[in-house]
Amino acid sequence: MRRISAEKIIAAVSELCIDSNCQLNEDLIVLLKKSQQREKGRAKRVIASILENIKIAERERIPICQDTGMVKIFLEVGYNLKINFGKFSSFSDIIQEGVRRGYKDGYLRKSIVNSLSRINTKDNTPAVIHEKIVAGNHLKIKVLIKGFGAENMAKVRMLPPDSKEKEIKMFVIDSIKEASSNPCPPVIVGIGIGGTAEKAASLAEEALLEPVNEVIAKPKAVAISRSHSEALAEESLIEKFEKELLREINKLNIGPAGLGGKTTALSVRIKTFPTHIAGLPVAVNISCWANRHKEITL
Amino acid sequence: MKIVTPLERKEIRKLKAGDEILLSGVIYTARDAAHKRMVKKLPFDLRNQVIYYTGPTPAPPGKIIGSCGPTTGYRMDPYTPTLLRWGLKGMVGKGDRSKEVIEAIKRYQSLYLIALGGCGALYSQFVKRVKLIAYPDLGCEAILKLEVKNFPLIVGIDSYGRDIYK
Repeated sequence: MRRISAEKIIAAVSELCIDSNCQLNEDLIVLLKKSQQREKGRAKRVIASILENIKIAERERIPICQDTGMVKIFLEVGYNLKINFGKFSSFSDIIQEGVRRGYKDGYLRKSIVNSLSRINTKDNTPAVIHEKIVAGNHLKIKVLIKGFGAENMAKVRMLPPDSKEKEIKMFVIDSIKEASSNPCPPVIVGIGIGGTAEKAASLAEEALLEPVNEVIAKPKAVAISRSHSEALAEESLIEKFEKELLREINKLNIGPAGLGGKTTALSVRIKTFPTHIAGLPVAVNISCWANRHKEITL
Repeated sequence: MKIVTPLERKEIRKLKAGDEILLSGVIYTARDAAHKRMVKKLPFDLRNQVIYYTGPTPAPPGKIIGSCGPTTGYRMDPYTPTLLRWGLKGMVGKGDRSKEVIEAIKRYQSLYLIALGGCGALYSQFVKRVKLIAYPDLGCEAILKLEVKNFPLIVGIDSYGRDIYK
């Protein structure tokens, strides 16, 4: 049994919140630079401004975007890890304290309000937390910052069970078209297929945490006691479908900042899960170009 | 093209959708919650002024403002025609606007200017002065009077109703 203190977790969450807001992951910057080479005219100038913005944020350690978002946290907790709660009464309270500290110390915007009264909680909590218990004695923390220009464009649809890729594609393309310039293109598209309504929505969200470079090694179909060949078959379908969707989306000419161009999306990532014989839930979650996420294993 | 605030009719009429401009002078921040209040009672003289749809991050030590990029314009659509009728001449935001707003922009000969979404760190460099003037209780949604210099913008909807997104 390994022990970890609440303070160590709080410090890590706080740091991840600040880092995610001020610095983009390298794979995304590489993709943006590639798209700059592809574009010309206004689209090229927009990407140049985006890249300059990223540089300034990193240099001055200020947020890339003033919408420092709602925080989503994905946890993998090893069951051989003993957390010393100290004064906290729940694991979730420890994580929320980390968010609170990060948003205060990092001079990040507090954008969270009570849903009906619209009264601000003043510390950007609560974050949305997803927990998974796994083998081991580690704690993996992933932080995803979601601005609401993009989050407002998320969609879930329950398609009929006989729907094929064509129907899924139509739903995705329509969602991107409707979102247009609002989610700050070039976007990253996360798609969840299968499960239930809420499972599809969270798969779409998790898809945004995937690396965005073109080659991905690890399997994305959620393998739970399914045979290896089944998982592989699903995997190759996913990869093909991701490429096809990216191509189609980039034909829409929404372009950087919605002002036209070849790059409407930088990356499309799909996650699937088995579903019921009577339906096919599909969710789309869009991230702005500033897909801000960081992770750490303690 | 260099443009200064308060906006003059002559200057507004010269601009067309797609023009890239550098804006200098005073602009006022206001987003969702501030708009909701403003249409009941104005906290400052709107005539010929420019509103920037932004809610900046808190200023870190040694800086006057944090990150301050544009928020999505369409959420302000229900309030915009009223503010234009009261003399507002320019708005800075991102994303497209409703048919009613485009009509009102045309009728009151005003401008919708576009800043690039997500580029808040970049835009903070053009802000030279900041003063809180209304609704401090709204936190990041309070109204700030900003003095900006050569703030780069694109004309999104011009005073003739031409729309860059169309």
